[in-house]
Amino acid sequence: MPEKIKVATASLAGCFGCHMSLLDIDERILDLVQVVDFDRTPITDIKKVGPCDVGIIEGGVANAENVEVLREFRHHCKILVAMGACATNGGIPAMRNQFTLEECLRESYVEGMGIENPMVPNDAEIPLLLNKVRPLHEVVKVDYFLPGCPPSADAIWTFLTELIQGKPIAFPYTQIHYD
Amino acid sequence: MTSAKTELEGFVAEVVDRYGRDRRNLLQVLRTVQDQQGCVCDDAVQTVGQAIGVPAMNVRSVVEFYSFLHGTPRGQYDVLFSDNIVDRMLGKEGLMARLCERLGVEPGVPRADGRVTVDNTSCTGMPDQGPAILVNGLALTHLTPSRVDTIADLIERGVPLQKWPGIYCEVEDNVRRRDLLLGTPFIDGSGIRAVLAQGPDAVLDEMMTSGLRGLGGAGFKTAQKWALSRAAAGHEHFVVCNADEGEPGTFKDRVLLQGHANLLFEGMTVCARVIGARRGFLYLRGEYRYMLELLEHTLAQRRRAGLLGKGILGTEGFDFDIEIHLGAGAYICGEESALLESLAGKRGVPRKRPPFPVTHGHDNEPTVVNNVETFSAAAKIAANGGAWWAAKGTATSPGTKLLSVSGDCARPGVYEYPFGITIQEILDDCGASDTAAVQVAGPAGQLVPKRDFGRKIAYEDVATGGSFMIFNHTRDLLAVVRNFAAFFAHESCGFCTPCRVGTSLMRDLVEKVATGNGTQYDLEEMKHLGKIMKQASHCGLGLTAPNPVLGSLDKFPEIWTEKLKSKDFEPAFDLDGALSEARALTGRDDVHAHIA
Ligand SMILES: Cc1cc2nc3c(=O)[nH]c(=O)nc-3n(C[C@H](O)[C@H](O)[C@H](O)COP(=O)(O)O)c2cc1C
Ligand code: SF4
Ligand code: SF4
Repeated sequence: MPEKIKVATASLAGCFGCHMSLLDIDERILDLVQVVDFDRTPITDIKKVGPCDVGIIEGGVANAENVEVLREFRHHCKILVAMGACATNGGIPAMRNQFTLEECLRESYVEGMGIENPMVPNDAEIPLLLNKVRPLHEVVKVDYFLPGCPPSADAIWTFLTELIQGKPIAFPYTQIHYD
Repeated sequence: MTSAKTELEGFVAEVVDRYGRDRRNLLQVLRTVQDQQGCVCDDAVQTVGQAIGVPAMNVRSVVEFYSFLHGTPRGQYDVLFSDNIVDRMLGKEGLMARLCERLGVEPGVPRADGRVTVDNTSCTGMPDQGPAILVNGLALTHLTPSRVDTIADLIERGVPLQKWPGIYCEVEDNVRRRDLLLGTPFIDGSGIRAVLAQGPDAVLDEMMTSGLRGLGGAGFKTAQKWALSRAAAGHEHFVVCNADEGEPGTFKDRVLLQGHANLLFEGMTVCARVIGARRGFLYLRGEYRYMLELLEHTLAQRRRAGLLGKGILGTEGFDFDIEIHLGAGAYICGEESALLESLAGKRGVPRKRPPFPVTHGHDNEPTVVNNVETFSAAAKIAANGGAWWAAKGTATSPGTKLLSVSGDCARPGVYEYPFGITIQEILDDCGASDTAAVQVAGPAGQLVPKRDFGRKIAYEDVATGGSFMIFNHTRDLLAVVRNFAAFFAHESCGFCTPCRVGTSLMRDLVEKVATGNGTQYDLEEMKHLGKIMKQASHCGLGLTAPNPVLGSLDKFPEIWTEKLKSKDFEPAFDLDGALSEARALTGRDDVHAHIA
């Protein structure tokens, strides 16, 4: 049997919706694991990514830890994929980019409703937020972008099977258009 | 109801009445409201909408579309610096910083006391006498440090603009070479008399013989345009003159309007007779607002002389008049279908074409849209015959062309040449030495390197609407590309994604490389993006917007490659710097508070 393809995934500043969509390939996941081994993913709960063929990232880059994880993925993965609108464009979390970080933190931790002991948290355990939320390709080189919020399970399936078979990636119209 | 509100309603009602309660005059109404109120506030949006019968949301969308209309107050003095590359070469950035410092303002932010705003605007059409600014919509030229100091003082003292030194507002013609259009005599009315004596068919034949092609840049045969419109069925025909002249570096229409408006109006009147129009419009770019009174005055004179109005030159049934519509700071409104939208008081978004304006133009009726220079040439061709025009120029580009020459040369200004003139001859005439490159036809055109200076100005070689910007060897050509990329990102009308998003991405990529953070990968990205924009954009703006980048990558690759970092990928921003706000807010400075 040929060696299995190693795949890792991670969610940065995302909602896990893209990962849910990945799980929506349902029983096809059984076909997938015939040819694929999962390294670090929220599914395997492996915490550190090792050398991989494909890295798939959901969510944009919102804090220092996201930068670190993303760089590790880039370092270890031959192919890096931005999955979903947040990874590709910043998406929903990037809506905060209209405000300054100070406005965001004050609203969340100081002036918002029902806050006790108001203060901006400064524990060294908590990753610092970036001034603005960024799409992946502004931080590392990205090889593929999978559009959608989230991309449908079928789109993810098409992408993975074509990639694994070494084919050029081509989607049926309905998988990446929503009109 | 508050008295302020009643007052506003009264004022708006009066303005709307003045404009015939016609929703097509919405833009003109909004301009007037802004002139008087300083902005078009929410109340004004509501009031105008009700008075003219347009939903408030549409009124607001029009206000938001045009750079010269504002929803919130600007300063009592609104100072806009022309941000063309040539103005920059003449010292615009230093002067703007100086004025901001003297007045204690940030660019784009009204001063707290409401006295003044200082901001940028796209080329105001004065690069032969820049740096130039607009103050409350009026043009000022030849800015110097000492003038900036005086202006700061005038503003602080609240001196009304009419009382500022007159010389500040002088706009020179700087005509340096004259030929058929500017150098031969013309008797007002002779073009109209010719069309009356010979009949429209004969004049159309002369136009055909002349081979005159649209001098706004695209070069469509004028006789053919007029003939198509004449043949098109409609309730009414219209003549529209495109005086939007928004292509950075172009100012020849300004010179024609300021010094030769009779010629232009005569050309429009000849066209009206040929196609059977009773109404014409001059769409004048907002930056040329300072000419409005002069142009109205010329129109009034022509009416008195029987050259305009009812029964022109005593001819029963030959009625034609011209209205002036002012633009409000939108380059896209030079595109003819966007211009027609704007003329109808809407956002200047280009229409789908076909149908073309010749059959479905203003009011969806047959309409001829021509450039100022084209109409002016047509007037003379009507009077002098087609052979007279065709005697000069080349076989496929007959006649002459006005060029707006600016940048690194001793004698910037307007030069009229027969088509077929080489770039080198122009450079010699205007006193340009040590020239590294010339940008012909504005940002949408091409950057011509020295080895190509033997090429000719003609539709079949280097085509142009008239912009000719010269850069010598001391200039940073990448700064030119940056300026143009920012121009397109600012002027994209936003209607279609390839251009709206593409121009911004392109601007950011250019910035990234220019600031020394780019890689080969970014250059490839720019090429890829440029290709998509050229394939998928809805109108000429998006189709030509990648030209400065693609052209310079092709002809001047060294200006790009010398800026590259040698790695294969560089982040688009300073990663550690992106934590600066969070560090400041939390007071942290531990290792995890930095990105190495
Ligand atoms: C983005 C864009 C801007 C334009 N700006 C102008 C302009 O400022 N003046 C002009 O005469 N034509 C301009 N044009 C060309 C007009 O669409 C049209 O071709 C021209 O007015 C026709 O007149 P002509 O045949 O006399 O040249 C522009 C076109 C595009 C696509
Ligand atoms: S793209 Fe949509 S589904 Fe995916 S992480 Fe972002 S918000 Fe969630
Ligand atoms: S190409 Fe640009 S300017 Fe033209 S319609 Fe599209 S967005 Fe507007």
